[in-house]
Amino acid sequence: MSITVTVGHAHADPHHIGVVIEHPGPASKRIVTAYGFWVFLLSDIVMFSCFFAAYAVLSGQTADGPKGSEIFEQRNVAIETVCLLLSSFTCGMASIAADVRNRFWFYLGMAVTCVLGLIFLTIEFREFADLVARGYGPSRSAFLTSFFSLVGCHGLHVSAGVLWLLTMMAQVFAKGFRADVLRRMMCFALFWHALDIIWVGVFSVVYLLGGAP
Amino acid sequence: MLGKLDWSAIPFDQPIPLVAGAVVLVAILAVLIWVVVKGHLPYLWHEWITSVDHKRIGVMYILLASVMLLRGGSDAIMMRIQQAVAYQSQGYLPPEHYNQIFSAHGTIMIFFVAMPFVIGLMNLVVPLQLGVRDVAFPTLNSVGFWLTATGALLVNISLVVGEFARTGWLAFPPLSGLSYSPGVGVDYYAWSLQISGVGTLVAGINLVTTVLKLRTRGMNYLRMPMFCWTTLASNLLIVSAFPILTATLAMLLLDRYLGFHFFTNEAGGNVMMFMNLIWAWGHPEVYILVLPAFGIFSEVVSTFSGKALFGYRSMVLATMAICVVSFMVWLHHFFTMGAGPDVNAIFGIASMIIAIPTGVKIYNWLFTMYGGRIRFATPMLWSVGFMVTFIIGGLTGVLVAVPPADFMLHNSMFLVAHFHNVIIGGVLFGAFAGFEYWFPKAFGFRLDERWGKAAFWFTFTGFWITFMPLYIAGMLGMTRRLQHYDVAAWRPWMIVAAFGMAVLTIGVICQIMQLVVSIRNREALRDRTGDPWDGRSLEWATSSPPPVFNFAFHPDVRGEDAYWDMKARARQQSFEHDVPEYQDIEMPRNSPTGFVCAFFASIMGFALIWHIWWMVILGGIGAFATFVVFAWRDHDEYVIPAEEVARIDRVNLEERRSLVSMAGAV
Repeated sequence: MSITVTVGHAHADPHHIGVVIEHPGPASKRIVTAYGFWVFLLSDIVMFSCFFAAYAVLSGQTADGPKGSEIFEQRNVAIETVCLLLSSFTCGMASIAADVRNRFWFYLGMAVTCVLGLIFLTIEFREFADLVARGYGPSRSAFLTSFFSLVGCHGLHVSAGVLWLLTMMAQVFAKGFRADVLRRMMCFALFWHALDIIWVGVFSVVYLLGGAP
Repeated sequence: MLGKLDWSAIPFDQPIPLVAGAVVLVAILAVLIWVVVKGHLPYLWHEWITSVDHKRIGVMYILLASVMLLRGGSDAIMMRIQQAVAYQSQGYLPPEHYNQIFSAHGTIMIFFVAMPFVIGLMNLVVPLQLGVRDVAFPTLNSVGFWLTATGALLVNISLVVGEFARTGWLAFPPLSGLSYSPGVGVDYYAWSLQISGVGTLVAGINLVTTVLKLRTRGMNYLRMPMFCWTTLASNLLIVSAFPILTATLAMLLLDRYLGFHFFTNEAGGNVMMFMNLIWAWGHPEVYILVLPAFGIFSEVVSTFSGKALFGYRSMVLATMAICVVSFMVWLHHFFTMGAGPDVNAIFGIASMIIAIPTGVKIYNWLFTMYGGRIRFATPMLWSVGFMVTFIIGGLTGVLVAVPPADFMLHNSMFLVAHFHNVIIGGVLFGAFAGFEYWFPKAFGFRLDERWGKAAFWFTFTGFWITFMPLYIAGMLGMTRRLQHYDVAAWRPWMIVAAFGMAVLTIGVICQIMQLVVSIRNREALRDRTGDPWDGRSLEWATSSPPPVFNFAFHPDVRGEDAYWDMKARARQQSFEHDVPEYQDIEMPRNSPTGFVCAFFASIMGFALIWHIWWMVILGGIGAFATFVVFAWRDHDEYVIPAEEVARIDRVNLEERRSLVSMAGAV
């Protein structure tokens, strides 16, 4: 037996660099699920980066239409940002509540997250509707095209997140804090926080940089 | 009610697509009726369609790829005949039909042949090589496969209902914009790629997670078989490149559906942005395809030379180098756009740099063969054929990577010859080598060697006769995608190419005959040992076909070439005779989620193409409901009791013991 072990080490460490740590075997389900979801989030961020790139290329192409500084309302954007950042906090509270299996705080955290998400979406929707009503819809210019797509893509993600959130609450209600439900909750939390990170990018690139006259 | 769809969508005046469509429809109906009448439907449903077993899903991927290879191949035959006859005449294909054919050929061959073939092989083999029971996300794996099948279905529907894109396989705007392509062709193209793209992304996430997080005990990174490394590299590329395709096609669709201005000529849109984005996906894509093929060749060459892979670590480095550099060369697809000499020079050099790790690989394979005891079985023939062919394709690639030369060769038949040279000579030969090599593992019997060798030689020579003339025609100034031409000097080469196509077709027929003959003689070709090639990696350590749980125990890995080591040790110590203690194994339950989800995706895709909005909403709700139902399941696993595991494993051990003692005697 001892002979085979030495042989094994010789194979793994042909240059005698040091002690070889043997791979312990397949990871647990929780780790595998979270890891896979991280990989998905990274791919989603790559997709967003294309819309960011398109915005960077097209933001100057206003085709005699309005510029960013003429249509952005900093006050609304500030409220939106506060909503999203707060919702990340409440989502974190809901995650902790789920981990300690406290239903009341879980529902409360999720409900507040949902309300904040909906406020964000309402403000965004009103901003879009207002722009379209003034004739500044996405087909007005390439700048508006890229603006609506980038911000709208984030908005679509938030909408999907709200749908997921409600499904998540319904599932905890029906099934309790089962292992697979907890894994999904973990993925949801990752998703929601990732949307926050992307919003920070949108806020900086679109509204802060574009808000300058 | 039905959006843009009415009777005029069916091309009653065009006999070719109509007859082809009718034949396919009759064939599908015949198969369906045969399945139902023979009572195979429950079996198919329970064992295949709803299966979440990575081996079955892998086989279904490869089946899809093979069927679509016939479709894409028919397109190729039609094009070769057209160019052989269309000298100073219109040939037999009208321009609008010819344009659809070359667009469909490229789209199908890349997305629905090459992709599912390599993803199928990775699915089938990688968990076995890693010594684990399944991929990271088995049900998602099934979803991914069925979404790919949805994309293929939509492309085929376009044959009879409406039209396919006439824009080439990457649908460049402004040609693919609404003003120049008002029909549904581009929509078929874009939606089928969006849907199958989601499937590919899912497969990519799944395999990355599998390789990084699910390895058996002792399977350190630098002990993984080469195919696992190339799978990792290829799927990392999928995860980082396919979202770019999704975003780009989404932008194109927004332009077409909602009047956005990403790529239009008006209102400040930027056409070149499409080229940049699509090739930022498109160049990594060719490495997504060819890296797994490199992995297959590594396995095959090492096995059939009876030697460990030469320069394993340099091979790993070369693979990861290609993985990274492949993202930095996209601009060489449009040197002619006028980015200026500095930009062109940088991308030209980056493109040439990729040839270095590829060269490292070629030398490693050659040195693996050097001094080995080589057996020229069919998989090995494909590998050697690849090395000869791919080197030419690689060298012409370096040639077109030189910007000044590219200005001459851009969009010429030379380019067509080059990428067929690397994709057929690299990816397809690799897929065939893998198919021949792992078929016994998947089904428990070998493929007939005589037909296999015939298939290789016909395909190999057919390839050279078809594509070498295209290089020459390109040098003579022939551009790609010509429906007819008036230059006499090109004509002979087109005729030679058409003849080559005939030889290639014989190769494909041999391949089909090989399958038929092998299935008929399966008892004689049966492999009871699970290790028909004297293999080196863990997939050969289990029976053929493997049990649903792959391994009764997670194997302990102690070095590279894990199974080769085990065999060597077993020969020295005879097999360990202590009876192992079997344990219950939990496996994921089969689930129709993938199939049902793809059903709704098909409805949604079709409705989006034809602007049938109520149906889009219906499909969307259906897809969401499918996932909720899936999430609501109470039992997602079932248990295989220890006695059952023991019974299955003992048979395997007995066979293997006799194999080892026989080998020891020799």
